[in-house]
Amino acid sequence: MSDHKPTGITRWLFTTNHKDIGTLYLWFAFIMFLVGGAMAMVIRAELMEPGMQVVDPLFFNSMTTMHGLIMVFGAVMPAMVGFANWMVPMMIGAPDMALPRMNNWSFWILPFAGTMLVSTLFMEGGGPAFGWTFYAPLSTTFAPASTDFFIFAVHMLGFSSIMGAINIIATILNMRAPGMTLMKMPLFVWTWLITAFLLIAVMPVLAGAVTMMLTDRNFGTSFFDAAGGGDPVLFQHVFWFFGHPEVYIMILPAFGIVSQIIPTFARKQLFGYASMVYATAAIAFLSFIVWAHHMFTVGMPVAGELYFTYATVMIAVPTAVKVFNWTATMWKGSMTFETPMLWAVAFVFLFTIGGFTGLMMGVAPADFQYHDSYFIVAHFHYVLVTGAVFAIIAGIYYWIPKWTGNMYDERLGKIHFWWSTISVNVLFFPQHFLGLAGMPRRIPDYAVQFAEFNFMSSIGGFAFGAAQLLFLYIVIKCIRGGDKATDTVWENPEGLEWTIPSPAPYHTFETAPKVK
Amino acid sequence: MSASKIMKKLFSLLCAGLVLIPASVLADYELNLTPSVTQLGRDIYDLHMLILWIVTIVGIGVFAVIIYSLINHRKSKGAVAAQFHESATVEFVWTVIPFIILVAIAVPATKTLLAIEDTSNPDLTIKATGWQWKWEYEYLDSGVHFFSSLDKASNDARQMNSGTDPRTVPNYLLDVDKPIVVPVNKKIRILTTANDVIHAWWVPELAIKRDAIPGFINESWFKAEKTGTYRGQCAELCGKDHGFMPIVVNVVSEGEYNDWIAKQKKLAKASAASANKTWSKADLMKRGQEVYNAQCAACHQANGQGIPGVFPAIAGGKITTGPVKGHIDIVVKGKAGTAMQAFGAQLNAADLAAVITYERNAFGNKTGDVVQPSQISK
Amino acid sequence: MSSKAGSYYLPEPSHWPIVGSIGLFTMLFGFAMALPGTSDGQMGNMTMMYVGLAIIIYMLFGWFGQVIGESEAGTYNAQVDVSFRMGMVWFIFSEVMFFSAFFGALFYARQLSVPWLAGEGNNAMTNELLWEGFKNVWPTNGPANVGGEFKLVGAWGIPFYNTVILLTSGLTVTWAHWGLKKGNRQQLILGLFLTVALGALFVALQAYEYGHAYSDLNLKLTSGIYGSTFFMLTGFHGLHVTIGAIMLLVMLLRSMKGHFSAKNHFAFEAAAWYWHFVDVVWLGLFIFVYWL
Ligand code: HEA
Ligand code: HEA
Ligand code: HEC
Ligand code: CUA
Ligand SMILES: [Cu+2]
Repeated sequence: MSDHKPTGITRWLFTTNHKDIGTLYLWFAFIMFLVGGAMAMVIRAELMEPGMQVVDPLFFNSMTTMHGLIMVFGAVMPAMVGFANWMVPMMIGAPDMALPRMNNWSFWILPFAGTMLVSTLFMEGGGPAFGWTFYAPLSTTFAPASTDFFIFAVHMLGFSSIMGAINIIATILNMRAPGMTLMKMPLFVWTWLITAFLLIAVMPVLAGAVTMMLTDRNFGTSFFDAAGGGDPVLFQHVFWFFGHPEVYIMILPAFGIVSQIIPTFARKQLFGYASMVYATAAIAFLSFIVWAHHMFTVGMPVAGELYFTYATVMIAVPTAVKVFNWTATMWKGSMTFETPMLWAVAFVFLFTIGGFTGLMMGVAPADFQYHDSYFIVAHFHYVLVTGAVFAIIAGIYYWIPKWTGNMYDERLGKIHFWWSTISVNVLFFPQHFLGLAGMPRRIPDYAVQFAEFNFMSSIGGFAFGAAQLLFLYIVIKCIRGGDKATDTVWENPEGLEWTIPSPAPYHTFETAPKVK
Repeated sequence: MSASKIMKKLFSLLCAGLVLIPASVLADYELNLTPSVTQLGRDIYDLHMLILWIVTIVGIGVFAVIIYSLINHRKSKGAVAAQFHESATVEFVWTVIPFIILVAIAVPATKTLLAIEDTSNPDLTIKATGWQWKWEYEYLDSGVHFFSSLDKASNDARQMNSGTDPRTVPNYLLDVDKPIVVPVNKKIRILTTANDVIHAWWVPELAIKRDAIPGFINESWFKAEKTGTYRGQCAELCGKDHGFMPIVVNVVSEGEYNDWIAKQKKLAKASAASANKTWSKADLMKRGQEVYNAQCAACHQANGQGIPGVFPAIAGGKITTGPVKGHIDIVVKGKAGTAMQAFGAQLNAADLAAVITYERNAFGNKTGDVVQPSQISK
Repeated sequence: MSSKAGSYYLPEPSHWPIVGSIGLFTMLFGFAMALPGTSDGQMGNMTMMYVGLAIIIYMLFGWFGQVIGESEAGTYNAQVDVSFRMGMVWFIFSEVMFFSAFFGALFYARQLSVPWLAGEGNNAMTNELLWEGFKNVWPTNGPANVGGEFKLVGAWGIPFYNTVILLTSGLTVTWAHWGLKKGNRQQLILGLFLTVALGALFVALQAYEYGHAYSDLNLKLTSGIYGSTFFMLTGFHGLHVTIGAIMLLVMLLRSMKGHFSAKNHFAFEAAAWYWHFVDVVWLGLFIFVYWL
């Protein structure tokens, strides 16, 4: 084993080092976030005023679809895997991931899958324009030829995620330093362990769904065609069996990150560690049995609607435990508000708001009114943007001194925070009103009574987008220099990652540390 | 003040606080769930308010605690961190309380849901079929049957850079050429289905949203208690013009409804009669252009160029410049498994003849063919 | 769980993954280009797909070759072995979930969509207005009689023999494992050989049965929901049997070269686990696709 850092392009192409791979994941995610964000800017530009001004309706649908897909599969998930790669081995005292070569492959499939996905936009007939949920038959019989490329891109993304998840499980279960029992693991590690199980359970189901699409499109099967005895709604069941756990795949690691940050800056141990673990597991379990709350309007038997209502609202219980535990951790702490803490606290507030609207939509008769309106769009951006993305940003500020050895610019970090937090609410809060007043989602143009709030939302969107360019600048600035970070970086933080030098050496814990 | 009024104020304030605009500016806009003109709609509204209040109160409680501690338990104020990090009692309590709250929500939710799903004993049944991108309505009791698509004013204004300010178009995007008409205070059952992809029939004020799924029929119902015009839109992404397939329901008195039905039957007869007439080419071209722009331009585009890879061009097409028979065939019967619909069921023979004549002689197609209604066999 | 200092083998940088990605991309892009895009179209030029496939095969040889070399050189300690085992177990679990999507489709069609099309539940109008006269019977190719009348493959003919074949092969592979653990290489080789032979026989019979279904029974992939689920499930299963048999064949060749020891033979066990998984899936198929 070499001690030196390899150099040149092959360092990145051939790497088996968890830190390099983590960096690759994070940069890939960031770039995809900018690409997906640019598409969101197109959406917001078209929706700024009533009437069609910027793009034609078909391309608008492509933008919506690609925006959702890229943000979910290209930005949030890879960012979380990037954190796992960097932090899990360091947190459990392992020398690297369990299967380093496969780790490389998990990452290096992504750029190829991303290329295949984005290339569809340039094909005849345009890219996928059927929503990120690609319901049949719009995505089968009535979709452009590029859809087959989209299908294979999803296959590749799934393959990558499954391999990544296997690696994480093997690492966590097999590579812990002596004394690092399961119930001593940092909460971030726990959330990723459970997330990895979710991934292995549902990504293959998504692969099954797109495979059925493929054969319905090309080989004359009738899975989603009533004439042959199938059912378009079957597609939705299969998709959401994947799709609902998927949203928790994006939020559980975010819970983990926040659960690392809040204790550090409250200078107080995490409240209710064990119940946090159980709550995470409970959320994961429940996530498998609530999928049809996305399909209340498809005309399910009433017993099904009732069941899915009850099961869905139950998720509020373990999530409540989490929110209350964070609150209790802050309570009687000794808090300071460095940038990571600001993002984490904002996460707690804004994610909760998103969770509340989720709860409202979980109630079937009410959801009949909310479904497919901007109320849903508001809900999921609160949990995804001010939830998952805020946690990711918090995590980057929290650990980037450890990664680069430099402190980020605290003043710019605070500006980034306040600018983002204010603008993101201008962006998404009015969408609640739009949805309740009856504006459907996925439309390029709308009736004039929706004009004011859409205008407001677009302004907020541009402001929020610009704030992320500032973030890019802050990150680059931090990589290139800045105040030297100490080894602990923060005041007495907990965890093995703070026992090694900053920046973290290329190889860490080749000799396993002892954990008391 | 009623609960809903208070909520509305609260909402305005919240919003105003967020965007720093005086509340009075926003007071004119709809902030809360659209009020309904049906009993079920009001039940849904109440349920919505119940949950909204619960989460607002829980939210205020949780946020108050966090904010209190953010203000008081900070290091700069000399706070010293306490040592506690567990409490079985507290944790038990805050697991059980949410659970109880949820049960409290589930009970009225169940009641409302059961009422919504009881579609038995309707006074009138209407089948609504979603097509790309219009609705077909069939009154199963009286046989009245027609298509309903975006009205011309909106359709013109919504074209890319049309130059028309949507604000000057009445009911922009929420108006149709032909609304459905139903009697007030009657249980109307709506059967939704689709011809191509999934659509959804949504009228907020009637509190119905139900998917229209090809090959299956879903049932839903409403009983409007007030006459008036209620507007909605397709609520499931159904392709390019998903944003442009509105729904308009005219709720009228029983008498007006009966008159309307009688008139529809007469109109159907008149339209059948037009098939026997022989038309001049100029008339066919004129009418054909109208039909084309209303029915075909959404896909094949106003300039006949189509969208490569999605919708074929009419200009210089193999079929549109080939034998007349093939052209009639594809327009009348459509092409199964593609977006090309069977227009035989949608248009009368005169319209079909006109649009085919038009396609064969416009966009640089110079076949010179004139197709008469009598040539159209469905 | 714990390791001696620095003993966990961390591989050098490797070019195999990126080669694999290029292969995967080339193969799938080529496949997508060749696809007709419509249910009645013709496949186009598949050259690019085969090039991609060749790259993947090259990668598999290279990558596994390297791993085998490292393994034989004794670079892997017990902890590394555990990582490999976990990897394989969870990979198989992901395969189980992949199949469950198709089983789910089968159950959904049999229990829900077909009865609904026939008017059950609150779907009286579906049947009355759209599919009048359609009855809830299984098997079916749907109310539009998609693909035309077809006959079934009986459960107690070839499928039953195939069940016996696969179950027997499960035994022979276990017998081979016993041989390996006892250090009886002959038993290992014979057991593996029998297993691979049974696997090949299974695939051959399955191929014959497909031919029969297509040419004599008019049972095709296009035969409505029955044909779709039938061929999708049995087809993916057949593919997995083929992959499993290739894995076992490699194990056979390696055994003949003297690889594996009584204590150290993870690759063999991985292949055996995979084979058992394929076996269990077949039981599910036999019961729910052919028999009930
Ligand atoms: C990170 C992603 C994420 C997360 C965490 C969630 C969380 C939840 N979501 Fe959300 N959801 C999405 C992402 C997410 N969702 C997306 C992307 C869609 C749209 C998909 C599409 O169609 O494109 C969607 C859509 C969606 C729907 C479908 C709506 C429709 O299309 O009609 C529903 C319906 O039930 C729902 C419910 C919920 C619920 C109940 C939760 C719960 O987990 C929330 C639990 C949290 C709380 C409740 C707050 C904290 C709790 C307390 C402070 C305790 C006390 C509270 C009480 C007891 C009142 N979501
Ligand atoms: C994690 C996931 C995620 C994230 C982070 C976001 C982020 C954003 N989303 Fe979106 N969104 C989804 C997931 C996500 N979204 C999903 C799943 C859907 C559903 C899709 C579907 O219906 O199928 C959706 C749909 C969706 C819609 C509804 C579209 C419709 O129904 O028609 C809208 C509309 O406003 C929207 C807006 C935004 C905006 C403004 C942001 C912003 O937060 C983005 C901010 C980031 C940037 C802007 C990038 C940085 C800046 C630049 C690259 C430079 C350019 C900047 C300027 C010009 C100022 N998103
Ligand atoms: C919802 C979309 C849509 C609408 C509306 C529509 N078409 Fe089409 N049309 C199509 C598609 C898709 C095809 C290609 C079918 C195929 O794959 O062969 C097509 C094909 C055709 C063709 C054959 C062109 C060729 O060269 O292959 C003609 C002629 C035609 N349409 C006429 C019409 C007329 C006349 C109308 C209106 C009365 C109309 N279409 C409305 C989608 C539409
Ligand atoms: Cu029809 Cu959307
Ligand atoms: Cu969900």
